[in-house]
Amino acid sequence: MTETTLSYPENREPTAFTQEELGWLPWLEPFPAEQLTERHWAGLVDASRAKSPYFLLLARDPDILQARTKTDKDIFYNTSNGLPRAERELAATATSRSNGCIFCASVHSRFATQFSKRGADVQRLLDEGVDVDIDGRWNAIVAASVTLTDTPIEFGSRQIEALRVAGLGDAEIVDVINGASFFNWANRLMLSLGEPTPPVSS
Amino acid sequence: MSTIISDVIDRLAGIQPESSLDRLRDQRPQARENAQRSFLALFEPEVPGHVTAIERYAIATFVAGLHRQAHVTDFYAASLQKLGHPRLTDAIRSEIARGSVTGPYGRYPQGPLTVEDEEGPEYQVSADNRERLGSRLVAGLQHAHLLVFHPRDASPAALQRLLDAGWSTTDVVTLSQLVAFLSFQIRVVAGLRALAGASAVENADADHTQIFTGVLASGTV
Repeated sequence: MTETTLSYPENREPTAFTQEELGWLPWLEPFPAEQLTERHWAGLVDASRAKSPYFLLLARDPDILQARTKTDKDIFYNTSNGLPRAERELAATATSRSNGCIFCASVHSRFATQFSKRGADVQRLLDEGVDVDIDGRWNAIVAASVTLTDTPIEFGSRQIEALRVAGLGDAEIVDVINGASFFNWANRLMLSLGEPTPPVSS
Repeated sequence: MSTIISDVIDRLAGIQPESSLDRLRDQRPQARENAQRSFLALFEPEVPGHVTAIERYAIATFVAGLHRQAHVTDFYAASLQKLGHPRLTDAIRSEIARGSVTGPYGRYPQGPLTVEDEEGPEYQVSADNRERLGSRLVAGLQHAHLLVFHPRDASPAALQRLLDAGWSTTDVVTLSQLVAFLSFQIRVVAGLRALAGASAVENADADHTQIFTGVLASGTV
């Protein structure tokens, strides 16, 4: 069995961070949709994900995909207590901006804008980078996400203190930690298993 | 590994049952449960595939070491030590020292972000350890270093090097999930430890004091 990577010489990868909708092309052959078993469907969690080359590629190891997806959903979609959705998406966007994942940043900056109604501020984070000065609360969430993304990890008592000064309680701080940490997982998969394609509009 | 740990993140972060952090983690019960299920899927898989336990623990030890989280490194190294020759653990520890840099760095596609390109090393396993580790594990470690420090430099060529060294397409998915999951787990642990330390200073009730003592003993504050 000869296995090889896939490449797309005609693709023009996006060269800037954007809130527009991008596509994504896999560098390895996704699992064949027609061969999906019960275990693969369980790994995909939502049947609609069988249409996505990203999730079909990850479905090659379905058990870790299933656990990953359920971790992701609870961190971002469980709205009982804790941080507002917009600010969880801000943590995801800041993490993706720091790691350099143009695709992940596009998806989660759109969500941050959708929930916060602050598209211009979100765009400044994309355009100016993670040192952007937005406001006390967003600055603290961005800085916490970025210091947690650094290797070695720079996040510590200073960032906890800054989050508290900005008005976050411990339950909200746990959501920042979970959100930024999760995007250190997601960014690495998206960046290393394929490449983004330009917005449909361009 | 036969040792049953009900929640690895709690164990590594020093979270005690009924403590305030225990209750805080429970506000996201599915995330908590599935972070543990992720650990099990990667380190005690029901369907092991072709990535061996030694490979999984060797790469995990390397990744934790690159993050300079000594207690996490020791946790994975303990399992590696049980599975493999002691010289394997020694080789991984010497590669951690060799590969430790700071990230994230890397290049963007040529364009307006090029001014943000940050150069950094392209890590190679030392000549001394190449034979001891074997070409498949050498390729795995080199790819893990790319994912930890400069994931935006990833490329089809990097994946081709894994395929050429004997990793199948499915093995590459497992390896990528393993390194990416650890990048998550290690950060949750570091974040919760920081919060435990900060909480203990503010509010020294019995639960917090216990956590704080544990954090002090680990030397992270």
